[in-house]
Amino acid sequence: MSTQAAQHHLVLILARDFASRLATPVFLVDPRGAVIYFNEAAERVLGRRYTEGVGMEAEDWSTAFAPTDDAGNPVALPDLPLGVAIIERHPDHRMLRIRSIDGTERRIEVTAFPLFAHEDECLGAIAIFWETPESPPEE
Amino acid sequence: MRARIWGSRGSIAAPGPETIRYGGNTSCVEVRGDGGEVIVLDAGTGARPLGDELMRGPLARVDLLLTHLHVDHLEGLGMFAPIWSPDTELHIWGPPSPVASLDERVATYFSPPLFPVHLSEVPSRVTFHDAPREPWTIGSVTLTAHPILHPGATVGYRLEANGRALAYVTDHEPALGTDLDAVASAWISGFALAHRADLLIHDCQYTEDEYASHVGWGHPSVAHVAAFARRAEIDRLVMFHHHPGHRDDELDAMRGTMLEAWPVEPERCIVAGEGVEIDV
Repeated sequence: MSTQAAQHHLVLILARDFASRLATPVFLVDPRGAVIYFNEAAERVLGRRYTEGVGMEAEDWSTAFAPTDDAGNPVALPDLPLGVAIIERHPDHRMLRIRSIDGTERRIEVTAFPLFAHEDECLGAIAIFWETPESPPEE
Repeated sequence: MRARIWGSRGSIAAPGPETIRYGGNTSCVEVRGDGGEVIVLDAGTGARPLGDELMRGPLARVDLLLTHLHVDHLEGLGMFAPIWSPDTELHIWGPPSPVASLDERVATYFSPPLFPVHLSEVPSRVTFHDAPREPWTIGSVTLTAHPILHPGATVGYRLEANGRALAYVTDHEPALGTDLDAVASAWISGFALAHRADLLIHDCQYTEDEYASHVGWGHPSVAHVAAFARRAEIDRLVMFHHHPGHRDDELDAMRGTMLEAWPVEPERCIVAGEGVEIDV
């Protein structure tokens, strides 16, 4: 009976609108972790256009940018802040190293949190990240 | 389904000689389903004459669908006659809130000092429902509620029966921060509710000049509604939720502007006026 068209939840529409106005890179995923949006600032850091990245599954984006810790150890999806947000559904923050599609290596800090419209209705998660300077060498 | 407008004004009632054609009552629309269902969209001051009319006939059940709880959509509830009848089964649906239940929020208005009687003391049998996330049915009518872009918890409704669809999307600013002509439809607030509706009743509060100083207030300009109607591929549009300061002749002029921006057969664009009845 219903002939309704597909449409994102208002919370996601507002999140995307908010992200689109920020100079800080933002990544938006659905409850399964599939990419639904990232802004222009994120495009520059990731080296990939939004239109090329939309629909990427969590298993793909979590490895495409080869995230590691400072010691070079790979960081798997469950330990990435955005992974924590979609799997455990609570906020998370950590430092990572990633390699953009163009091969550029970057050290970034990431904060991610789940988006709940209601206590029992998780619509996805959002991650905000920014480049950080190399940590000072340990003495 | 058949819709009748009982109140088409926004923000505050605006009776007087300059609004006599389209009326001054605030938002209230009666929808009669083909199975005799009585569905009321919002309870602005138009709910008072509607309630009186309903009490003249047999009435067992009324379903009141609130889009949100701003006063212009709720202030008629206390004078809605069926709520004072013990024979009435009144179901009130509204947007869920993480802060308080629907009855608690309605009672904020429907209790002293804003109203002399507390909501819990009304004699009708009132049941409150958070608008479900999934479609549900009232008799022969299938309903869908989605949150829409307006300050505070607000939903729009889509009513479907016998292959026809009515979308009631008022108090809605879909173009806030968005170019409706450029963005993909999945990212347009209210799109799924309105998509290919046979009748869209939509907020049309501001002219372009007025909107410029009211961005973020939760209402669209004529151009925004035209773009929304175009994107949603609706059949007929009812311009609704008129600014209380707009005279009848100004509403006629806004319709002219609408038809320039959304060039369709003139009969597909209707200015909501009290007493207007429309077959969906």
